[in-house]
Amino acid sequence: MRVSRRAAVAGILGALPAAALGMTEEYRIDPAVVADGIWMIHGDDAPILPANGGAIANIVIIDTPAGTVLVDSGPSLRYGRALKAVAEKLTGKPVIRVYVTHLHPDHGMGIAAFDPAIVAALPQTIADIARDGRGFSDAMYRILGDWMRGTEIVLPGRRIDQASEDFGGRKVQLMALSGHSAADLAILDEKTGTLIGGDLLFHDRAPSTPTADLARWRESLDALSKTPHKGAIPGHGPFDPSGTQAIMQTRRWIHWLESALTGAVQSGLDMVEAGAIAIPPEFSGMAAARYELQRSVSHLYPGLEAKLLPRVDVPDQ
Amino acid sequence: MWRQKVSLILIGTGLLAMPVPLPARAPYPADPLQSPMWQAHAKTIFGDDPVRFDPRVKMLYPEVAENQRSFPVALDARGVGQVKRMVIFADLNPIPIAIDYRPEAAEPYVATRIKLDQRTPVRGAVQLADGQWLVAGGWVDAAGGGCSAPPVSRVKGDWATHLGEMRGEAWPMSEDGSSRLRVTFRHPMDTGFVANIPTYNIEELAVKSAAGTVLGEMEIWASVSEDPAITLMPHAKAGDVLTVDARDTNGRAYLARIAVARQSAMPSATPQ
Repeated sequence: MRVSRRAAVAGILGALPAAALGMTEEYRIDPAVVADGIWMIHGDDAPILPANGGAIANIVIIDTPAGTVLVDSGPSLRYGRALKAVAEKLTGKPVIRVYVTHLHPDHGMGIAAFDPAIVAALPQTIADIARDGRGFSDAMYRILGDWMRGTEIVLPGRRIDQASEDFGGRKVQLMALSGHSAADLAILDEKTGTLIGGDLLFHDRAPSTPTADLARWRESLDALSKTPHKGAIPGHGPFDPSGTQAIMQTRRWIHWLESALTGAVQSGLDMVEAGAIAIPPEFSGMAAARYELQRSVSHLYPGLEAKLLPRVDVPDQ
Repeated sequence: MWRQKVSLILIGTGLLAMPVPLPARAPYPADPLQSPMWQAHAKTIFGDDPVRFDPRVKMLYPEVAENQRSFPVALDARGVGQVKRMVIFADLNPIPIAIDYRPEAAEPYVATRIKLDQRTPVRGAVQLADGQWLVAGGWVDAAGGGCSAPPVSRVKGDWATHLGEMRGEAWPMSEDGSSRLRVTFRHPMDTGFVANIPTYNIEELAVKSAAGTVLGEMEIWASVSEDPAITLMPHAKAGDVLTVDARDTNGRAYLARIAVARQSAMPSATPQ
């Protein structure tokens, strides 16, 4: 058999990762139906890594009579563009609204691909992105490199100050909550009863706490529990058809985290040791549990020390 | 003394780039981390003493550097023999050494949090009574700028209000007659790399018994994180009162008294 030079070269190139060749890697976006007219794109249940291009957050597509509505937009311009193309092909309608659930870059930096006038977020989220966006952007470029190419910080152009929005008869309730961050948007699709929790909900994936207020987070979980709904879409992890499991798991993790770190400070553990404590078996199925525990030690330990360790300095003689 | 010697060596090798005579000693072992700074730091810290990499020395830290301004590290050399000195350093930090500790009457354990200015080897080195150094450590990936970003309390502007606040607690550890001492300070720990903020850091700390015997003492450098937190294991039993005596580069003195608790709280949260 005669093998052309071109085919041989193509074969060699095919065996190498695209990045090694300076080629552009593309995101794989696979929406899965979770309710009538609602798709979830399941992010990688892992830390932000070059291998996943930062596509770790769940993204939601809603087909409404007025057009396509998105909840969160992924980590980068490239993701946002691919998402727009996939969503519009799926519904056959243009994207008319993009909600940003909270300030974190894995959820919001993809809005660079959209007209800011259709991007909506809670006022506090917009203020937080204005304050922290540059730092997030630096961190994302450092970790993800080429995946982030061309991604600029864009502020959502619409402030959410109403409790619901109607898209040609398909109405969503907009819940202004907090706890995972200073402003967390949760959304209820009235037609199907699907609850979109943003990062207030983690499911089979350990919650992250870089901007968390655990007491407020608990209050928000209570509010979500009291909101009648069917299935729940978490910010990270698989769809929860029961609608209760993700809420319960998130609540149990943050309760354990707070009591375990409190116990660690009271027992004289330093931060390295606190990051190495045993994780209870009930969380053994949670992805990224050790990773998030160690991040949470970094976020929460100094505050717990300041609260729990007594003052010991002797006043000047 | 030792600090001056380091300064002289840094000036001699770094700034003036003078030709350095070949050492009259065996070369340092090849660095498993292949750090560009291994030879230079080895010469500064270990001098002519024998050096080897030893897995019994545990340099412990989390798998992720979540905060490059405050990266938890613990150096545990229990079980390797009589330790007279323990040094925690990060090769590629502009201030490489964080802590230089002499456990006089204490278990060889020290934990704190350090700044990381970039991806760097983070190491612990312990010197045994016979003079030889045992070294451990690994590469830690970190976002840049831990040493050159202004401290949070400088940005907030409240550092002076809280300067000198110390918190702490001590617990007996029944097995070996040692205690576990944790002490925290409010202090900006300025590195001198932020515009118009000169170096200002806690530089000496000693833990003493009620009788004034030094149980452990250390030099502390500005690469230790803002609001330092330090964990040590001085020999003391329940009811003993430990004194923590520290001083910063402005000559301000810090004094705390911490009674060792009657009961150990350790079993409730034993690390894996």
